[in-house]
Amino acid sequence: MNASETPERIVVVGASLAGLRAAEALRDEGFTGELTLIGDEPHAPYDRPPLSKAVLSGWLTTDHTELPRVRDIAARWLLGTSATGLDLRARRVELADGRQVAYDRLLIATGTRARPWPQQQGGTLHGVHVLRTRDDADRLRTALAAGPGRVLVIGAGFTGGEVASVCRDLGLEVTVVHRGDAPLASALGGVVGRAATGWYRDAGVDLRLGTTVRALEGDARGRLRRALLSDGTVVEAEVALVAAGAMANTGWLAGFGLAADAHGVACDHTCRALADDGTPRADVFVAGDVARWPHPLYPGQLLRLDHWDNAVAQARTAAHNMTRPPHDHRAHRPLPAFWSNQFGVNLKCLGLPSLADQVVVTQGSLDEHRFVAAYGHRGRLIAAVAADSPRVLDGYASLIEAGAPFPPELNATDGPDRLLPLDAGFAHRPAPVPDRPTVPSIPPAPSLRSVPAGHE
Amino acid sequence: MTTTTQQHTASDLFAQALRYENRADPYPYFAQLCRRPVVPEENGTWLVSGYHEISRLLRDPRVSADRRRPEEEQPIRKSLLVEDAPRHDQLRHQVTEQFVPRIMGLRDHIDGLVTGLLDAHTSQRPGQLDVVGDLAYPLPVTLICELLGVPREDEPVFGSIARRLTRGLDPVETQTEDELRELREARGELVQYLEGLIADRQAAPADDLLSGLMFGQGSDAPMDPIDLRVTLALLLIAGHETTVNLIANGTLALLRHPDLLARLRAEPDLVTPLVEEVLRYDPPVQMSGRSTLADIDLGGTTIPKGSRVRLLLAAGNRDPRRFSDPDRFLPDRPGNAHLGFGGGIHYCIGATLARTEAQVALTALARRLASPRLVAAPPPYRENAILRGPDRLLVSFDRLTPDPRSV
Ligand SMILES: Cc1cc2nc3c(=O)[nH]c(=O)nc-3n(C[C@H](O)[C@H](O)[C@H](O)COP(=O)(O)OP(=O)(O)OC[C@H]3O[C@@H](n4cnc5c(N)ncnc54)[C@H](O)[C@@H]3O)c2cc1C
Ligand code: HEM
Repeated sequence: MNASETPERIVVVGASLAGLRAAEALRDEGFTGELTLIGDEPHAPYDRPPLSKAVLSGWLTTDHTELPRVRDIAARWLLGTSATGLDLRARRVELADGRQVAYDRLLIATGTRARPWPQQQGGTLHGVHVLRTRDDADRLRTALAAGPGRVLVIGAGFTGGEVASVCRDLGLEVTVVHRGDAPLASALGGVVGRAATGWYRDAGVDLRLGTTVRALEGDARGRLRRALLSDGTVVEAEVALVAAGAMANTGWLAGFGLAADAHGVACDHTCRALADDGTPRADVFVAGDVARWPHPLYPGQLLRLDHWDNAVAQARTAAHNMTRPPHDHRAHRPLPAFWSNQFGVNLKCLGLPSLADQVVVTQGSLDEHRFVAAYGHRGRLIAAVAADSPRVLDGYASLIEAGAPFPPELNATDGPDRLLPLDAGFAHRPAPVPDRPTVPSIPPAPSLRSVPAGHE
Repeated sequence: MTTTTQQHTASDLFAQALRYENRADPYPYFAQLCRRPVVPEENGTWLVSGYHEISRLLRDPRVSADRRRPEEEQPIRKSLLVEDAPRHDQLRHQVTEQFVPRIMGLRDHIDGLVTGLLDAHTSQRPGQLDVVGDLAYPLPVTLICELLGVPREDEPVFGSIARRLTRGLDPVETQTEDELRELREARGELVQYLEGLIADRQAAPADDLLSGLMFGQGSDAPMDPIDLRVTLALLLIAGHETTVNLIANGTLALLRHPDLLARLRAEPDLVTPLVEEVLRYDPPVQMSGRSTLADIDLGGTTIPKGSRVRLLLAAGNRDPRRFSDPDRFLPDRPGNAHLGFGGGIHYCIGATLARTEAQVALTALARRLASPRLVAAPPPYRENAILRGPDRLLVSFDRLTPDPRSV
């Protein structure tokens, strides 16, 4: 059939948040044809944010993380099977077990995976963990519940902070080793980063800034025992969590004609995947953590947002566009938004702080754990971060979208008498190891061919 | 000039929406107002009737919840409803800390109260029920009194104060001298009544919310006596004068849509989206107010710093830019994020309680009333324009059966 005709068979690869929500939205959009979901994990779609929060702390077991179903999707589920290849011409997805699944429209929603610790530096030792999946969380939970003498967390981004925070709640000793000058600094800048340093220290975390792990060492039975740090010190630990960012699950697409690499699959603003010559495919769409696309708020780059909200919104847009002719397509241009809970602080972020040159506290104060910080770029408001004020933050969304002047004139009743903008304090890009949220610094579209294959 | 005529029209339309003659159906005026989502009135107050515009202002840090008219005197202490951060947040935290645990798991108790109220009217013969007086009013009042620790026998005293005070929320232009005098008296009586209650509890602490706030059992400090009185008054009035309208307006919607009534009998889960649709279509709280702390660009115009703003929640709930077929009552509408409970940091604290009460009450009515019919269409309405709803809601029926679950 032709790409402009109504599709009869839709295949979704990646059966997680974006895949499931897209499938539901396809049915909402009136798609009545054959719908297939392919996922390499054996589990029904589940929610990842609790894995580093309620699951690790023991409040929730992983079988309670299943994503709620918004509606019945009448789909064929192929779980526990990975997609290994793609034939764009014949419109077929190849599976690891040799099966082939034909499609009229394909949605790629394969997300990302945790960047592993290099094998030659101790990555295979028993006790070295990453955290991306349910199974990862079960393993880490078991390891923490066993009461290790000390936990080592490598990377003080969002995941690292959440895990360190839970460990302290569980009464475990924690050392966090972070390459940058402050936790969260690559995402939120030095000013909020310094506040976060206070949260770590107040919680009793042994925080090593400006430091890296040279190697992890084990005992004769291959169990983790210690880490050698760049400052020459040694940390004894039986459990380590590597929270060093994420890599896109695009290996299965290599060499099949799409603009896909370790950063993600490139697509246009309507979620259509780009072929490796940069032209959009009418029958292949992308959504969620694996997608990179040009966002009008952030010209000159392809954005990848490892955010829950984005996965849901992009899935809906993709589903809409997959079932409509091009003139009816919608653009995906959300205001980036995500949250994190760590050290008793609820953090919420709108926009992309990492692009800012200045920051100013507009409400509350940094040392009270309760504040809103606004970020500016060349005199325009581009992002805001709230600590323990999630509802207040919503009020900044329209100001950011409108590109309001920075510093913003708010006269908020809990604001300072005078706004004092500071240098936002971002290390010069390229940023250190990216953790979520990630904005890879990459050359501008459409010179897709020049996208470097292996960032970092 | 065209702008003056337009401004005149907006004030006019708003005045029409407030007139008692239009109480049963102010919506055509709101619909016309909604065509210009942000407009000034001649008196300098701004009317905001667009969904997105209201939603934004509810969350805008450049907005204060203080909605006093400049000529009004400053109250000794502001309640959290009109207070701003950071004091608002502290008060709200103190209240939610006490309130939330007390309303969890209350559904069965509410169910018992509803059953009891209807049992009093069980009849195998045709008869009549005043849904307001017999169910929608006594239910929330009993609950709020129980929660707060107000003796049920004081209710008549308190109920009369609450009714008079609620009228005082309406725009001052619409009130008579007598009503304003009554309002002052009612305020005085309320202060006296609550001070007595607080003194009693001080002497003999109990297990209720009042004692909780007074002695600060949670992570918060105890509330001082003035905050306590102001907060208590807010909760009591909110508990008396809002949920009653949700239950009554919901009943009205069911009587006007017999197909939905039939569906509700067959599909009890329908009650959840149905109550949400009542909150959108016929919201018990029709409007709210704010003032601006800076110039705000909105809806193609600029609201200057220092303006008073009226947020017409009932108009925003039928904004055709947000809701398709806004004037139809459609419980199945997807994404029904109505403005019925407000939004942002002042989002209604009682939302969960009010929802549960309405869900239980409407389910019971659907289950137990055989062939219910509206006696007067429209029913007589109360004077109030802001907390709006029927005064009485007479329903005739063929039978009011005993609770089928207990038979
Ligand atoms: C521990 C943790 C905490 C988080 N906390 C937050 C938070 O607080 N706030 C926030 O905004 N976001 C958070 N996130 C991010 C959020 O979970 C993601 O944005 C979201 O899961 C993205 O959904 P997705 O469907 O695009 O990708 P994923 O959830 O990564 O799903 C992709 C799926 O595709 C499968 N797959 C991959 N390759 C193949 C293949 N070849 N064949 C078949 N299947 C394949 C994967 O196994 C996976 O099941 C967190 C993530 C993690 C891991
Ligand atoms: C159907 C019933 C109800 C409706 C429609 C309703 C509606 C609202 C609305 C619209 C607001 C926001 C006001 C504003 O932003 O200015 C609000 C606030 C509030 N409501 Fe309700 N309400 C209901 C029931 C209740 C009940 C039962 C209680 C308590 C017992 C309650 C307590 C409060 C309080 C304390 C606030 C102020 C919150 C704050 O300022 O932070 N409400 N309500």
